[in-house]
Formats: sequence, structure tokens, C-alpha cells
Amino acid sequence: MRQELIFTRFERFWHWAQMLIIFALLLTGFEIHGSYQLVGFNKAVMVHNICAWSLLTLWVLAIFWSATTGQWKHYLPTSNQMGDVIRFYLFGIFNGEHHPYRRKRWAKHNPLQRLTYLLLKLVLMPMIWGSGLFYMFYSVWMGQGAHPALPWVANIHVAGAWLMLTFLVAHVYIITTGPTVGEHMMSLLTGYGEVYDDEDEKKLEN
Amino acid sequence: MVITKKKSVDRRTTPIRLFITKTSRSLLKGTLAGLLATASLAVASTADHSEFKVLQGTFATGPDVTKACLECHTEAAAQVQKSIHWNWKIDPAKDSREPGKDNIINNFCMAVRTNEARCTSCHAGYGWKDDKFDFTKQENVDCLVCHDTSGEYSKFPTMAGHPNYTPKEWPPKSGKIREPVDLAKVARSVGESSRDNCGSCHFYGGGGDSVKHGDMDSTLSKPSFGLDVHMDADGLNMTCQDCHTTVDHITAGSRITMNARDMNGIDVPGHEFGGRATCESCHDSDPHKDGPAPLLNKHVAKVACQTCHIPEFARDKKTKVAWDWSTAGKSKETLKDEEGNITYSPKKGDFTWQKKVPPEYAWFNGKMNYTLIGDKTEKNAEGVVELVKLEGSAADSGSRIWPFKVMRSVTPRDPETGQMIVPHLFGKDDAAFWKSYDWQKAAAAGMKAVDQPFSGKVEFTKTTYLFPITHMVAPADQALDCVACHNRDNSRMAGIGGIYLPGRDHSEWLDRIGMLLVLMSILAGIGHGLLRYTRRTKGGQL
Repeated sequence: MRQELIFTRFERFWHWAQMLIIFALLLTGFEIHGSYQLVGFNKAVMVHNICAWSLLTLWVLAIFWSATTGQWKHYLPTSNQMGDVIRFYLFGIFNGEHHPYRRKRWAKHNPLQRLTYLLLKLVLMPMIWGSGLFYMFYSVWMGQGAHPALPWVANIHVAGAWLMLTFLVAHVYIITTGPTVGEHMMSLLTGYGEVYDDEDEKKLEN
Repeated sequence: MVITKKKSVDRRTTPIRLFITKTSRSLLKGTLAGLLATASLAVASTADHSEFKVLQGTFATGPDVTKACLECHTEAAAQVQKSIHWNWKIDPAKDSREPGKDNIINNFCMAVRTNEARCTSCHAGYGWKDDKFDFTKQENVDCLVCHDTSGEYSKFPTMAGHPNYTPKEWPPKSGKIREPVDLAKVARSVGESSRDNCGSCHFYGGGGDSVKHGDMDSTLSKPSFGLDVHMDADGLNMTCQDCHTTVDHITAGSRITMNARDMNGIDVPGHEFGGRATCESCHDSDPHKDGPAPLLNKHVAKVACQTCHIPEFARDKKTKVAWDWSTAGKSKETLKDEEGNITYSPKKGDFTWQKKVPPEYAWFNGKMNYTLIGDKTEKNAEGVVELVKLEGSAADSGSRIWPFKVMRSVTPRDPETGQMIVPHLFGKDDAAFWKSYDWQKAAAAGMKAVDQPFSGKVEFTKTTYLFPITHMVAPADQALDCVACHNRDNSRMAGIGGIYLPGRDHSEWLDRIGMLLVLMSILAGIGHGLLRYTRRTKGGQL
């Protein structure tokens, strides 16, 4: 086990920029939805649209980065140790057990994280930006009369927002479940975290 | 021409307002000003009518003046006689069912027929006192009411379109004497029509100033920038016909033939030119230029310009919004409000007046179905007879959301035939309501005159009548804020169906499930965390 750079500068920028944008999107989105009045509908729409385009741009960069650096492999789902991890969060954590997963350089996420982030990237986010783009460009596909699909587009978008908010709550909580309350958070700020030697990797190197 | 930028009292400075103001200013300074420069200035005429021999001397009557006009303007009367100002109908054919002032039943004085001599004080002619009026007689055309520039000409209220030629008392029993108009002086001062010429009738529709339309009254004679950005007397100072372009005495734009969605955009003279009576005629169909312009311009397909840009009508003067005829004749005392508006008239019943009225909104494709003389009416679920039914829907590409003044009255109806009564109100005969205050007689006489059956029964029914709102365009920074429509609790679009409106609409169950999910994850976090905290002494990981 050693301290190693696990989150590169781009990855940290990506994560925190995404956090800020999503936070702003949720805040303005629910105002547009009519849940409350905060900055005013007109400003909320403007900010929401600017954030939406920023996030799409960021995702394009992140996809390019993941593809070219091979980092996408971190999100390949695996059932290996899945049971152990779930058991740890349900029971072991209360009994002072250590996290069963050992982070490796090419497998820095535990199986539960891998699945969650994969679903996030492949299902939830496309659901949000897909419906968002349809929402934004309704005048292109809706034709001259009001289209009965518009409420559905809006509802899918809102459903995505609720799911995202739910994810965020869980995500923020789980951050605190590291060896110490702040350790996971620090990793994403400094980029460094504990990494275990990977037997396979060693073999490859040898 | 010089555009004076007037200081507005309520110029708020949020970015979107600044943007709109900036846009409108640059627009005004640019294309519009150029287009209108010639129209708005008093154009020097090549003819000085005071020099004309035919106009020297005196004139006994209005028709005598008209004859003199026709000496030179040989085609003028023939042109006027094709216009709605003359026929009070779109299609003047005798049996035509096309709507017009002549055959529409409204809920002000209900109908023109049998009351002509009073109503036709706003006819562009002389002598339409009954159904025998000769619509082909050229000297019956009133040139002066539209072309007087002296401001001295006015038609007497009860003389079928004539001015009084001898001193007469008005209002009756008031002791005030109206001196006859100096017809010769007026004839020598003719020129292009001003706002006051049009206003002499259109500001006073329904029997008095500001009664009828709500967006047209005498405050538009010299309006401020705040009341009407186009007609602003110290600014653009546009006249009515700058928009209601008039060719061969035919005027563009009418609530009888509305264009609810102008797809032509800017009307370039000589190229598909059909008049400039829509906003798009000058402002095009993507009128917002900076900032969130794309978002605002998307509204154009579904929302009429007037909906946002006329947030309230009757802003400087109260308009009549309700009229209860059932109380007419019940008391002898005339009542007035603190501004001098009559709230009860023995002849006409109870009135309600309102200032700064927010319009009501509806999908509208330009077609207003009026109740015409002879039509059977139905009461709606609330027991109200809707005298005007709008066509239009969210699904229709030609429809947009339009603002309306809704006039709410109580007017007489025949419960047996279902027809609204055409009452004989005005006249010296015994059947006239304003003579004997007997609805049975007035109804019988009126219905007989229009060849319609009458059962002998009169009931008073709640009625509504609609006017599209299009004048009194407010400064851009006072246009409706987004949130006025995009909100859940008191959206101006509360009654507008067929469309999903962000901010107004949401799925209750979806929000409940969403909130439940979030709440559950919060509770799970708290529970899990508490359990970790209480068992932390066991050592190892927290």
C-alpha cells in the first residue's frame, strides 16, 4: 500500500466543475419547474441554459479524455467482490471492519462505485441531457401546433432531476465513509489516495 | 425626425429589462424611424384648401360641404362607400351574414337597428336615421369628420350623423347650448386624419369616453410614452393610419377581420403589401435582438406580441367593464364615482368601471364568432351567454394566445326563442325604452323591426363580449415579466389549455415520488451515519 496520484488534474477539475454546474442546474431547474422563486424565472432560464451547454462541453472533454487515456476502463462493471462491498456498507462498517476493496491503479473504484457511475453516465445523464435538448429545441420538432409529447419531455427531464438529487445526497454521504470522515474528500482535492499493489499489474511489468 | 427618449417612472434595471429597452430603442432609431419619418410628420400639402373658390362662402349643411369636396375629389365618395366605415359591414350585400356593427348584437346598447339616429352619430355619413337610408347617395358621405384639422367639427349625438346647424341644448335638460359648427371654416381647414379625427368616434364607442374598448380612449389623443410608445406625443407621435394604413379610403386592420398570426413579417411597400396593421408589419416575426432573444422569439409562434407588451389596458382612464341593464328605469337618480364616471343611469342601469385592467387570455386564430341578429343563443355552464365565441386552439398553427377585454353585462333575452333582444331604445315614440321604460314594448318594437319572432317574454341574462387588446403598447421595460405567466399560483395563463407551460405546470405525482426518493436517501444517510457514530468506539473504521 502506498500513497499515489489517483485523480489527475483534469479528473479533479472535471469532478468539481461538474459539481458546481449540477448544483446550479438543480437550483435554477427547480425554480423553472415552479417549485420556488429565487433569482427570477428569466435569470433562472438563462443560467440553466448556460450551465447546460457548459456541462455538455465538459462531458465531451471528459469522454475524449477517458477514451484517449483508457480511463474508461475504471467504469467497466464487475461482480467480483460486489457482495463483499454491499455487506460491508450494510453490516461491516458498524463493526469496525476495514473496507474489503483494495484500490489498484487500474481499478480505483470498488464494484459498487463502478456500477453506480456507469449507470449515471449511461442512463441518468443521457436521460437528462437528452430530454433537456428536446425541451430546449421544442420549436424544432414540435411543429406549428402544440405537441402532446411536450409534457412527457418535461416530465422525463424533471424525473431525471429528482434522480440526480437523490444520487447527490447518497453520494455526499458516502464520501464520509472513508477511513476517516474527510479522507475521500481530500483525495479528490489533492488527487492522492491509498493504492494497493496489483498482482496482475506486477506480472505484466515483469 | 427626432426621437425624444422620455423618462419612464418605473424603469427597473434588471438585465433583461435593460436588454429589451436597448433593443426597442435601437429598433426605433433604426428601421422604424426611417419607415415612418414621412408618415408621422405633418407633410406639407401641395394644396391650400383655404384658397379654393368652391370652399369660400357659407354652407348650410354637411352634405353641401361634401358636394363641394366632390367637385375636385371626384372618386372619394365612391371609395368611402366601399369601406367598413360606411357600410358598417365587411360585406355590404343586403342579405350578407358577414358580421358588422350593423348586425352584431353586443352587450352595450345591444344593437343599432331602430336606434339609428343615436348610433349613427358615429357613422361617416349624414342621415342614417332608419332602415331607409340611401347608401348610394354620394353627398351623404361625411368628409369632415375624418379630415377636419381645426378641431371644431363634431356631429350632434342624436342627429343621425349631422352636426347641429342651429344652437341646440346638450345634454338634454342641462341648459348647456351647443353652437352650430362653422362648416365653411372647417371645410377650408381639411387635411390628413389625426388621432383626434379617428378618436372622435373610436375613443367614445359604447356611448362615452373609454366605455367600449379599454385600449382606446381620449387619453390617446396626446398619450405619454408610458401609455403608448408609438403614439407618444413627445416621441414617435404616430397616427392611427401609420399602422392602419389606408389606401383608397379602405383601412387595414379591424377586430372584425383579425390577423392573429402574421406570417409575412415586415411588409415592404410594393411587395405583398397588405397594410401594416400587425406588429410584425414593422417589427418582423423575430423582434427581440439581443440577450435571451432566441428564447423570447420562440414565444412569437404561440404568443401575440400584445400579450406581453400590453400588461394592462385603460392605464390612464377607467373603462367600463360591466353593465347591468336590468336596473334601468328603477331609479331616477344618476350616480357617479369620484372621477365623474356614471355608475348608475336611469336610462341605462348600473355600470362598473375599472382602471389598469389586466386582460384575460385565450387561444385565438383571428376568427371571432359574433352573435348576429336572428341567432339563437345558448347559456354556458355558468348560465352566461357568450355573445362572442373565439376560434383557436393550442394545436392550431394559426392560433396564438391573445389578450382580451371581457365586457360583462346583464342584457335582455327572449327565453322562448333564445334570441337576444334587439331593443328599441331611442326615439320619441311610445315604444322606445328611453321614453316609456317598458321592456316589453321596446323588445316587441325592436324585434318586429328586424323581422324576428318575439314571444312576449323578456329575461335578463348575464352576457360576455370580447375585444382583442392591441393598443396602449407599454414601454419594453414594463412588458410582462416571465414569471407573470411562468408560475404555479397566479399565472396569467391559468386558463390557457393545450400546452405545457414550464413553471405553471407540473406533475403532482412525479414531484411526490421525487421528493420521497430524496427524503429517503437523506433519512438513510442520517440513519446509517448515526449507527456508525454510536458504534465508533468499537475501533477500526468509523
